[in-house]
Amino acid sequence: MDNTNVVTAKRTVASNNAEGEKKMSFSIKGGNKAKNITELIMEIIFIVCAFVAVAAVLAISAYMIFSGAPALMEVGIVDMLFNPVWAPTASTSSFGIAYIVLTSIIGTAFAILIGVPVAVLTAVFISEVASKPVAAVVKPAVELLAGIPSVVYGLMGLLMINPLMYKLELAIFEGSETHQFTGGANMAAAVLVLAVMILPTVINVSLTSLRAVPVSMRQASLALGATPVQTIFRVTLPAARSGVITAIVLGVGRAIGEAMAILLVAGNAVNAPLPFNSVRFLTTGIVSEMSYSSGLHRQALFTIGLVLFVFIMIINIIINKLLEGGAEND
Amino acid sequence: MTESIYAKKIRPSDMILLGLVLLSAFISVAILVGIIVYVAFRGVGAINWQFLSTVQSALNGTFGIIGNIVNTLYIIVITLIIATPIGIGSAVYLTEYAKRGRIVRIIEFTTETLAGIPSIIYGLFGMVFFGTSLKLGFSILCGSLTLTIMVLPTIIRTTQEALKSVPESYRSGALGIGATKWYMIRTIILPSAMPGIITGVILSIGRIVGESAALLFTAGSAYLLPKSLFSHIFTPGGTLTIQLYLSMAKADYTNAFGIALVLLIIVLGINALAKFMAGKLSKN
Repeated sequence: MDNTNVVTAKRTVASNNAEGEKKMSFSIKGGNKAKNITELIMEIIFIVCAFVAVAAVLAISAYMIFSGAPALMEVGIVDMLFNPVWAPTASTSSFGIAYIVLTSIIGTAFAILIGVPVAVLTAVFISEVASKPVAAVVKPAVELLAGIPSVVYGLMGLLMINPLMYKLELAIFEGSETHQFTGGANMAAAVLVLAVMILPTVINVSLTSLRAVPVSMRQASLALGATPVQTIFRVTLPAARSGVITAIVLGVGRAIGEAMAILLVAGNAVNAPLPFNSVRFLTTGIVSEMSYSSGLHRQALFTIGLVLFVFIMIINIIINKLLEGGAEND
Repeated sequence: MTESIYAKKIRPSDMILLGLVLLSAFISVAILVGIIVYVAFRGVGAINWQFLSTVQSALNGTFGIIGNIVNTLYIIVITLIIATPIGIGSAVYLTEYAKRGRIVRIIEFTTETLAGIPSIIYGLFGMVFFGTSLKLGFSILCGSLTLTIMVLPTIIRTTQEALKSVPESYRSGALGIGATKWYMIRTIILPSAMPGIITGVILSIGRIVGESAALLFTAGSAYLLPKSLFSHIFTPGGTLTIQLYLSMAKADYTNAFGIALVLLIIVLGINALAKFMAGKLSKN
């Protein structure tokens, strides 16, 4: 490569000499055209690579809007978003996704409510309480939890949580004639699976922010006579607040976007989001009907995708703002 | 009245909070151990030579996952062939060329955004863009292109971290003795950052192996062995996770747990490998 560069450089010099007599001397400053062109080409290649991500986000946004908007226009925004009846294949079809949207929101909220305390306290354990060897076992375990494929969580939910839920259901609704029995595949089961699935995300991000709290703050608190536990909950955790909040928002994104883990666990019928109802989330609604849908039905599924995409973009913007704020505080 | 300041006072609230912390950590670890033990217990019976080396056959009533294993490998290789150069290129631009400013902020924001988009959205986008607009239909290539966008943030971020950890003196040294920028990146920076880059690639493999929602509508669910090495990428192919989902939906739990166990072993292996590489990185 370098030899060829030198050769081409010599040629360029030679041809320059032949062309005009004014360019006679070889300057160490400029000259090596071939090298400069390689430099330029490589820089352009790198810029193009960097813009692939930008292009991808633009393309995804454009495609989600163009595929999701038609059904929204045809059915009507109010008829779609605020109507609970989802009957796409009925003779008088109805495309209301209110229950589906509500299920996703409420399901995510409860998953956060259950998962976040466990996750944050686990992060506290790893960073503040555990001895080094113990932390060296717990932390990789959490990372492994993040690596388990979501279908495996689904399988576990289906065979471990659903039977438990069924027993609970039988006990609670014994003799009830209005309750539709779900066999345990219900909202509560899906919420539990989601709560487990957000653990690794929330633990890891909280852990990073806890570890970033200066040791001097903990020392000051201990020196003032606070107990270690008081120090954790009155000093360290509040100091790591912005990181914990970011972790929670990331957890929301993870929970609202999860599909395969809760597809079979949630029961998959469109119902009001009550704990023992069989329900359908935004994500599971898309997966379960996409294979046999067509026409307006398929477009309506893309509208569900668009609603999910809007939620995700809002969450992304919040995270971006939080991270920017965190960077300013540092 | 004669309470000594040396007497240790036990605060009940401290004990309760500490108990909650220990309980939470126990729950997190117990879930992992529970999943691994349960899957291993239920899955080990399904795994035998036939399970690992044949394709499922309704005619013989036998089940096997070799076709899915091959499809998974295809998707891993094709995705990485496309995503790795783009990801590294992007990271090199962001750390070595770009000046802090609006453009870098936009690129970093979109990379973060890509990392936050759930796989089901990637599945929808891949289906309409690669599948319908580019006419790839249900094919391994369509699935791989979809996953390329999905793993891009992972590769970009880990490569960026690795590049940032290369000491500034290497750069000034190389430039000082007259190396051009690209020459410096090619011969000094990238080799020094290699363990970090490889860690990123390994993490991406982990994501690809575990992915299902993004592949269901792009790569399809076929389970046959390839008829020819190259044209296979234009045919549908279901990965292990897809087959696991299909078995689960058919209530064929024995085989589902068998696949789940295979997946867990792969994920454990990948994690160990990534740890090993990261250890190597910190030693340097």
